[in-house]
Amino acid sequence: MSKTIIQLRDIVKRFYIGTPNELEVLHGISLDVHEGEFVSIVGQSGSGKSTLMNIIGALDRPTEGEYTLDDVDVIAAKDAELSKIRNKKIGFVFQTYNLISKTNAIRNVEMPMLYAGIPMKQRNERAKELLELVGMGDRMRHLPEELSGGQKQRVAIARAMANEPSIILADEPTGALDSATGRMVMDLFHKLHQEEGKTIVLITHSNELAEETERIITIRDGEVIGEREGAKA
Amino acid sequence: MMMLYENIRLALFSLKANKMRSLLTMLGIIIGIASVIAIMTVGDSVTQTVTESMSSLGANNIQLMLEPVKDEEDEESESSMMGMSFSTDDDGEEPEDSDLITADMLSQLKDAYPEDIKAFSISESVGQGEVQYQGNTSKVSVSGTTLGSFLADDINMLEGRYFSEQDLQSGAMVALLSEDALEDMFDGDAKAAVGSEVTLAVNDKYYSFVIGGVYKAGDEDDASGGNMMSFMMGSDTTNLYIPLKTAQKINHTSGYKQLTVVINESSDPEILKAQIEGFFANIYRNNHSFKVTATTYASIVSIMETIMGTVTSAIALIGGIALVVGGIGVMNIMLVSITERTREIGTRKALGAPNSSIRAQFIIESIVICIIGGIIGIALGCLAGIALANHVGADVTPSLKSILISLGFSMAIGVFFGYYPANKAAKLNPIDALRYE
Repeated sequence: MSKTIIQLRDIVKRFYIGTPNELEVLHGISLDVHEGEFVSIVGQSGSGKSTLMNIIGALDRPTEGEYTLDDVDVIAAKDAELSKIRNKKIGFVFQTYNLISKTNAIRNVEMPMLYAGIPMKQRNERAKELLELVGMGDRMRHLPEELSGGQKQRVAIARAMANEPSIILADEPTGALDSATGRMVMDLFHKLHQEEGKTIVLITHSNELAEETERIITIRDGEVIGEREGAKA
Repeated sequence: MMMLYENIRLALFSLKANKMRSLLTMLGIIIGIASVIAIMTVGDSVTQTVTESMSSLGANNIQLMLEPVKDEEDEESESSMMGMSFSTDDDGEEPEDSDLITADMLSQLKDAYPEDIKAFSISESVGQGEVQYQGNTSKVSVSGTTLGSFLADDINMLEGRYFSEQDLQSGAMVALLSEDALEDMFDGDAKAAVGSEVTLAVNDKYYSFVIGGVYKAGDEDDASGGNMMSFMMGSDTTNLYIPLKTAQKINHTSGYKQLTVVINESSDPEILKAQIEGFFANIYRNNHSFKVTATTYASIVSIMETIMGTVTSAIALIGGIALVVGGIGVMNIMLVSITERTREIGTRKALGAPNSSIRAQFIIESIVICIIGGIIGIALGCLAGIALANHVGADVTPSLKSILISLGFSMAIGVFFGYYPANKAAKLNPIDALRYE
């Protein structure tokens, strides 16, 4: 069995703690993701999957529970350490791309490396390689507003891989794309998974997309209600 | 270091993206810095020019002045300043002949301090007038002088000669014309001027004078500070020198209202000043209307510096207020900019930017706005200062000190007013920031 990259144990998340509106969104979620896996987390809106994604992405802290990411205890980490974890261990891909506007593709890809303190020359070379890898080698100097949705998402994926993270965390990556470009993006994830051996966590509400992954974790009302292999994987 | 470069690049980028907004934001800083720099340039230039012209009069000289006794002690410094340039125009009480400083007093004074006092340079101002020659006129300030005995070497004669001892003794109707007046009246022909008879209209009376010589402009300092007036007013009036005795005849006086004591280099002017004041206080102890004040070069300069200092600090205060208002403008625009870029901040945080580098990014942006504003302000301020200093005829000396202080100050404003917005940005919750529409 390969190494466990994500280990969540009894994760509880409550909001508005101590007020009459106190709300428990996650009721003790436990799950594991292994190195090299392509996993999807599926749930309808309101199921708590966004909250779970924020916790996995070290953007938010659980109220209770344990979380180990690539041998690092995330719960014990201070804010500055969380920044480092996000920088080095996690590659985010957002539904809305979130490229920095008025900044060209190559500089967008360089950004995580900038915060990691990698020298300019190395940054530049690595960013070029990554853009080649996602098929954007001919549009490196383009600004986000000059790119189509699919192209933007490919730049965002290149950016997510910049610091060779332990996992790529993709939140509805095809949600804003038409089916053809969505297909291209999914193909790119498969390529990264198969050829580069990347660990990918895909968060989606689409069962169809989830079926393409190796393992599907379904959540409903803040609890894991099922785990099975993907049909088309 | 890498982040610093990147942040400066980002800041310039964001300024360029919002040119109009950036310029309006900088305006407060620009106005504040420009006004401070302009007034400091003028202040320094005037002070330096005055100081130089004062020291050319002889740093060791002491000015004596007959002044009305004032009730308010605190008006003393002001009146001596005014008296220096406008003594004859004073609307106040005119001294009687018996009030004036006499030649007798002076010889007593010299006898009392023979080691210290070298000589007296006396000048008697007659007033503002006009010289006429064949329909050409020139405005002059007429003063009687005794300069011949020891300062004649300092007067640079263009043509003709300085007053002879006989002229001075007898009170001859001889006058020395300035180069500028020569231009006005004789088309610059000095040879034609010397020996010509001109009419001098002064104090509603007409006198006939023979031009004894023409002196070079720039060397007309007459040790009484008389040309200070024309310097300060930037007027085209030049000095017309006549023998002291002639001036006294015109003024119907036998004594002196003001004079300069030339002292030996080895003597201490401050000590001697006190001694001379004591000497005259004794003579004038029964005179309740007038007294004699002594002023040294050092005290004139210090008065000048006090006045310039007051003006400078008043303008600096206004500039300071403009800077604070400008700083608030910078803060406001930074808050707007941060709200606009909330998603970008969220994204950067998700990509691993620590709070400290988000804070640094926005503080640097605010500093860059302020420094660019400061540089524009310094440039405008220097131009305005040079124009103003030229206007009053002072030599321009842009103040490097004030430029450096201004740069430092605009940077400090950037940090001060940028910190709060930057800190707000740094503390944004990444989840909320990412979802911000």
